[in-house]
Amino acid sequence: MTGFLDAVGFGEWILHALIWLPLVGIGAVLLAPEERAKEIAFGWTTGLFVLSLGLWWSFDPAGPLFQHMSSTEWIGAFGISYALGIDGISLFMILLTTFTMPIAILGAFKYVKERQRAFYALMLLLQTGIVGVFATMDLFLFYVFFELTLVPMYFIVGIWGGERRIYAAVKFFLYTALGSLLMLVGILYLYWQAQLNLGYPSFHFFDLLGTPLTLTEQLWLFVAFGLAFAIKVPLFPFHTWLPDAHVEAPTPGSVVLAAVLLKLGAYGFLRFVLPLFPEASAHPTVVMIMLTLGVIGIIYAAWVAAVQPDAKKLVAYTSVAHMGFVLIGIFALTTNGLQGGLIVMISHGISTGALFLILGMLYERRHTREIEEFGGIAKVAPLLATALVITAMASIGVPGTSGFVGEFLALLGTFERYPVLAFLAATGVIFAAYYMLPMVQKILFNPLDREENRAMKDLSGREIAVLSPLVGLMLLIGVFPGPILDRMEPGVQAIIEWVDEGAAGGALMEEAKGPAGVREAPPPAVPTTAELGTSAMDRIEATAELIHGSAAQREWIRVAIGDQD
Amino acid sequence: MISLGFIAEGVAQGGASGGYDPLLPGLILLLPLLGFAANGVLALMAGSRAADRIRGGGDGAAIAGPDGKKPFTHTLPTWIGPGVLLGAFILVAINFFRMLGVELTEPVIRSYWSWMPTGTLSVDAAIQLDQLSMIMMMVITGVGFLIHMFSVGYMKEDPGYPRYFAYLNLFVFFMLVLVMGANFPVMFVGWEGVGLCSYLLIGFWFQDREKADAGKKAFIVNRVGDFGLLMAMFILFATFGTLDYGAIFQQAPELFVYGGAAVTAVTLFLLLGAVGKSAQIPLYVWLPDAMAGPTPVSALIHAATMVTAGVYLVARSSVLFAMAPASAAAVATIGALTALFAATIALKQYDIKKVLAYSTVSQLGFMFMGVGVGAYAAGVFHLMTHAFFKALLFLGAGAVIHSMHHALHSTHKDWDAQDMRNMGGLKRFMPATWITMWIATLAIAGIWPFAGFFSKDEIIWYVGTAGAFSGLYVVLWGMALAAAVLTAFYMTRMMVMTFHGPNRTGEDEAKHLHEAPLNMTIPLGVLAVLSVFGGWINVPGSVRESFFGGFGLLPMSAWLDSWLAPVTAGADAIRMAELGAYADVSPVGGGHVVWGAIATTMALVVVILTARHFLAREVQPAHIDGEPESGIGKVLYNKWYVDEFYDRIIVRPILATSRFCWRVIDRVVIDGTVNAVGAVSKGVGWFGSLFQTGQINTYAFIIALSALVVLGAFIF
Amino acid sequence: MLVEALILSAILFVVGMLGVLVRRNAIIIFLCVELMLNAVNLSFVALSRFMGIEGQIYVFFVMTVAAAEAAVGLAIIIAIFRHYETVNVNNFNLLKW
Repeated sequence: MTGFLDAVGFGEWILHALIWLPLVGIGAVLLAPEERAKEIAFGWTTGLFVLSLGLWWSFDPAGPLFQHMSSTEWIGAFGISYALGIDGISLFMILLTTFTMPIAILGAFKYVKERQRAFYALMLLLQTGIVGVFATMDLFLFYVFFELTLVPMYFIVGIWGGERRIYAAVKFFLYTALGSLLMLVGILYLYWQAQLNLGYPSFHFFDLLGTPLTLTEQLWLFVAFGLAFAIKVPLFPFHTWLPDAHVEAPTPGSVVLAAVLLKLGAYGFLRFVLPLFPEASAHPTVVMIMLTLGVIGIIYAAWVAAVQPDAKKLVAYTSVAHMGFVLIGIFALTTNGLQGGLIVMISHGISTGALFLILGMLYERRHTREIEEFGGIAKVAPLLATALVITAMASIGVPGTSGFVGEFLALLGTFERYPVLAFLAATGVIFAAYYMLPMVQKILFNPLDREENRAMKDLSGREIAVLSPLVGLMLLIGVFPGPILDRMEPGVQAIIEWVDEGAAGGALMEEAKGPAGVREAPPPAVPTTAELGTSAMDRIEATAELIHGSAAQREWIRVAIGDQD
Repeated sequence: MISLGFIAEGVAQGGASGGYDPLLPGLILLLPLLGFAANGVLALMAGSRAADRIRGGGDGAAIAGPDGKKPFTHTLPTWIGPGVLLGAFILVAINFFRMLGVELTEPVIRSYWSWMPTGTLSVDAAIQLDQLSMIMMMVITGVGFLIHMFSVGYMKEDPGYPRYFAYLNLFVFFMLVLVMGANFPVMFVGWEGVGLCSYLLIGFWFQDREKADAGKKAFIVNRVGDFGLLMAMFILFATFGTLDYGAIFQQAPELFVYGGAAVTAVTLFLLLGAVGKSAQIPLYVWLPDAMAGPTPVSALIHAATMVTAGVYLVARSSVLFAMAPASAAAVATIGALTALFAATIALKQYDIKKVLAYSTVSQLGFMFMGVGVGAYAAGVFHLMTHAFFKALLFLGAGAVIHSMHHALHSTHKDWDAQDMRNMGGLKRFMPATWITMWIATLAIAGIWPFAGFFSKDEIIWYVGTAGAFSGLYVVLWGMALAAAVLTAFYMTRMMVMTFHGPNRTGEDEAKHLHEAPLNMTIPLGVLAVLSVFGGWINVPGSVRESFFGGFGLLPMSAWLDSWLAPVTAGADAIRMAELGAYADVSPVGGGHVVWGAIATTMALVVVILTARHFLAREVQPAHIDGEPESGIGKVLYNKWYVDEFYDRIIVRPILATSRFCWRVIDRVVIDGTVNAVGAVSKGVGWFGSLFQTGQINTYAFIIALSALVVLGAFIF
Repeated sequence: MLVEALILSAILFVVGMLGVLVRRNAIIIFLCVELMLNAVNLSFVALSRFMGIEGQIYVFFVMTVAAAEAAVGLAIIIAIFRHYETVNVNNFNLLKW
C-alpha cells in the first residue's frame, strides 16, 4: 500500500486535493438537477473519504513530526503562505472529517427537502473549511479557514433549521465571530512580534514558534486565542450557543457541528495556543482556571442535560460535558491526558454524531424531539434500539467502546498532576449514567402506549448504512485504539516538550522544522522595513513630511526608498 | 491480522508457567462471545418480525409462525446458549485439572494485543490464569451452564427468548473477562460489562416501567462504585506506573507504606467499587430492585456470580488490603453491618425473590467479613458454596413462580405470583423443587454437614479470632452470629410459607400447579448435590478431626486454603509480619470445633422453632393480609425506608440542582448576559441611527467635516 | 512645481466638495464627486514624480473606478427620476437604517 501511494506521489497532492476537491464538488452539485444533488454530494464526499484513507498508510508513524508538508507563497508582502502539513493529531482530525461528511450527508437524504442543491453545496464548502483548518501550517490561512467554516454553518442552521433557527444562527455566528475577531488581533500582534524577531514577515507556524514573548504578552495572547477556542469548544460558561444551535440545526448540521466543528476549538488549543504561548499555557493559574472550567463543564453540563425535555438539547449538553474531558486532558499536559483528550474528541465525534443521527431518524418518524413523546420504541424498532443503546454506552464511556478509552486516559493523565480535579471530573462518569440512561429508557423502554409509536418503522437500509460504520468504529476504537494512539504519540510528545521547554526554542523545535525540508526562510519580499530599520508607520510619517519637508529630508527619503531618479 | 488461533492461544508472557500448559484459554472467552453474536443476530431477526406484527396491529407476543411451529430464531438459541457455556465449562475443567497437578506459584499470563499504549501507559489485552481465577471460572461456567439449561425451560414461551440468551452469553463473557483479566483495566472491562448486562437483563421486560427503572437504578448505583474503581486505578498508576496485577502486587510492599495514606486511599476506593458491585451498605439498594429481571438471571447474576465480583476484587487485591489495616477493617465492618441489616429486612418480606435478594446481600456481607479479616480463602470459599445454594434457591423460586404463574394465568387471576402469602402447600405439587430447596435452606442456614456450614463457620471463626487484634472484631463477631441466626429464621419462614401448610392459591388454580419440567429440575438436582458436598473441599484440620469432619473421614483437608495459598501468600506474609498469627481461640473462649457445634445447633434450633411457629400460624393471601400497619414490622417491610431516604437526600436534591442550573444559571445568568450584550448593542445602534437623516447632503457634510478634522489632526 | 500642482488640486477638491454639500441636483452632485476624484488624481500625478511610479498607476485605477461609478450612478439617478420625476436630493430621505 505504501509503495503504491509513494508511486503516485500521494503525499504531495493529497492535502491539496482534500481541501479543494470539495469546491469542485460544489460545482458538480450546483449544476446537477435538484433531486440528484444529494447523490452527487454523497458520492463526492465518499470518494474524498476513500482518498483520505490513503493517509493512514502514507503517514509514517516513525517518520518526522510533520509530514506531507508543502509551502507556496500566497501574499508575499506579508509573509502569508499557502503552507500545509499534518502531524498525527491533524491526521485523525482530517480522517474524522472526511468520514463524518458522507455519513452526515447520507443521513440528510430525507431530512432536507428544500433547496437541496444549496444545502449540499454548503456542506461541501464546510468540508473545505474544516479540512483546511486541520491541514494548514500558516496561521493566517488557519484564520481564513476557521472563519470559512462559520459561513456555511450559519446558513445551514438559518435556512434549514427549526422554528427558532434565526435566533440560533445569529447567536452561533456572533458568539463565534466575537471570539475569532479577538483571535485575529492576537494573530496580528504575534505576527509583528515574530517579524521583529525574524527580520522578515511570516505567518508560518514554524516561524512563529519560539517567538520571544514576555509572560504578560503571552497571557494576553492566550486570552485572545483562548477565548476564540473556548467558545468553539465550548467551554463553560461560553456554551449557551451550542444547545440552541444544535436543537435548531438540521440533523446533518448537528452531526457535523458535534462531530467536527467543536473539535476545531480543541485543535486550536493543541496546535497553536500550547506551543506558541508555552509559558502562559503552563502558568499554574491559567492551568487551574482551564481545568476548573473543564471540570465544571463536565458536571454542570451533565446535570443540565439530565433535566432536558428535548432529546436533542440533552445530547447537545452532553457535548459540553465531553469536551470538558478533552479540555482537562489537554491542560493536564501529560501524555496520557493529551492522548485521552484526543481519543475523546474522536470518540465524541462518532458517538454524538450517531446520537444526533438517531434522534434525526426519530424526528423524521414522529416529528417531535420531546423525550416524553416516545416510549417502548425498542418493541417496534429493535435495530434502532440496538444502535441507540450501543451509542449511548459509547457516549457514557462503558469499557469496550471508544468513550472509555478516551475518558479513562484523560482522567488518568489529569490525575497524574491534579488528583483533586481528576477526582471531581471522574464523578462525571456517574452523572453520565444519570443523564443518558433515563433518556434511553424513556425513548426505548417503558410501555408502548402511544398509538403513533406503534406504527413506527424500524431502520431502513439507508439508515443502517448510515449507522453501522459509526457503531462499528465505536467498538473498534474501544478494543483496538493502539494504532491511533501510536500515530498521535509523536505529536503529543512534541506539544508537551514545546510547553516544557518554554519559549526557548529548543532542539526539538529545530528538529521539527529540519527534516521537513520544504520550507526555507523566504527572501524578504519588501525590503523597506528591514532596510529602514523602522516600522511601516515611520514610512507613512516620512511621506507626510515629504510634502512640506526640507530638501535634505526629501533627498534622504528618496535614497532610502530606492528612488534612483 | 488476528486469527482465531491467536485469540485462542495468546502470547505467553512473563514468569515461569511451572509446568502448567493452559489449553486455549482465549477460547474460553471467545465461546460465550460467539454465542452472544449468534444469539444477537437471531434476536434482531425475531425482534424485527415481532415489530412487524405490532405494526400490523398484533401484540407481538406470539412466537409460533403460521404453521404453528416455532421459528428457528427460537429453537437455535436453545442449543447455542447453553452449548457455548458447556463448551467453555469443559475447557475450564480441562484447564483446572491441568493446573491441579502442578505447583503454580505465579499466574500464567497470555497477552493478545497492546490495548492502550499511550507512551507512558501500557495496558495489554491480557488474561491471567491462576488458582483464584480458576475457581471463579469453574463457578461461572459451571453454575452458569446449569442456569442456562434451566432458562431453556423457564423462558421458552417468552417472545424475547433469543435476546435473553444473547444477553446471558454476553454476561458470561464479561464475567470471565472480569476474573481472567491480568490487569485492572481489563478487569474493569468485565466489571462494567457485567453491569451493562445486568442493566439489560433486569430491564429485560422493559415494557414494564418499574422493571426498566430497576435496571436503570442498578446501572447508576453501580457507576458510583465504578467511579471508586477508576480512582483506585489512577492512584495505582500514579504510584507504580503500571496497572498490571503482577507488577503492582510485587512492588506494593516496597512502594507503599504499611497503613499509609496512599494504600489506604487505594483500598478504600477499591472498596467503594466492591461495595457497589456486591450490593453492600450503602450501595445495596439496587439489588432488591434487580429482582425485576427473569429469575434465572437473579440466580446467575444477582446471586452466584456478578455480585461476588466485589469479593473477588478484594481477594485479588489482597496484598493491598493487607497493607491497609484500616481499609480491611472497613471491609469487615461494612460486611458485618450489611449482613445483619439485610437479614432484618428479609424477616418481613413477602415476595419470595425479595427474601432471597436480601438474603444474598446478607451473605455477601459474610463474604466481606471473611476477606476483611484477611481470611481470603474463607471468603472465596463462601462465595463458591453460596453460588451453589443461592443459585439453587433462586432457581427453585423460579420454578415456583413459573408454576404459580401458570396456575394464576389459567383463570386470569390478578394475584402476585411471587407473593408467598399466595402460595402455601406447594410441596404436594412440586416435590423435587421442595426437597432441593430445603437442602439449600439448610445449607444457607449453616447446618452440618451442608456446604454452607463449613464456609460460614470458617468466616465466623476467623472474625472471632481476629478479635485478638482489635475489639472491633469482637463486635463484628457478635453481629455475624446474630445474622446467622436471622438467616436460619427467615429462610425457614420462606420455606414454610411457600411449601407447607394449606394451599392458598385457590382451588381452580391449584389444579394447574405442577412440577417443573426435567430440564429445570436437573439443574436443581445438580446444585443440590453441590450444596451438600460443596463444603467438603475445605474442612480445616481441627474440624476434620472432630465429629464434624467425620473424625477425619471427609476427603480433603483445607484443600481450598492450600489451593489459594499462592494467591494470598503475599497478603498472608504481610499479615504475619505486621499482626502475627491468628489466635486459635474465640473471643469468649472455646475452640473452632466448639463454636462450630454451637453455631450449627443454634441454627438447627432456630429452624425447628421457626418451622413450628409458622406451621401453627394461619397465613392469609396477600389481598386479605395487606401490609403491616405499625411497629417494627412496618419499618422492616418498608426496608428501613432507605430508598425513601436516598430519594430525599440524594436524588431529589440533585434533580433540583440540575433544574436550578438549567433554568437559572444557564438560561437567566449566562444566556441573560449574552442577550443583554445583544440588547445593549441594539440600543446603541438605535441611538446612532438617530443621526441618520436620510439626506445625502447631511451625510456628505459630515464626511467632509470629519475628513477636515482628521487632516487637521495630522497637520497640527 | 509640486507645491503649485498640489494647491491646484486642493482648490479643485474644495470646489467639488462644496458642490456636493450645497447643491441639490443629483446630477450636479454627481459631477462634483467626479471633480473631487480628479483633484485627487492630479495630486497623485504630481506626487508620483517624487514617490515613484505607483501614483500614476493609481490614477488609472481611480479613473476606471470613476467610469464604473459614473455608469452605475447615472443609472440609479435615471431610475430615481423615473420614479419620482425629480432629481432634487431633498426629496429622497430613504437612505437611513
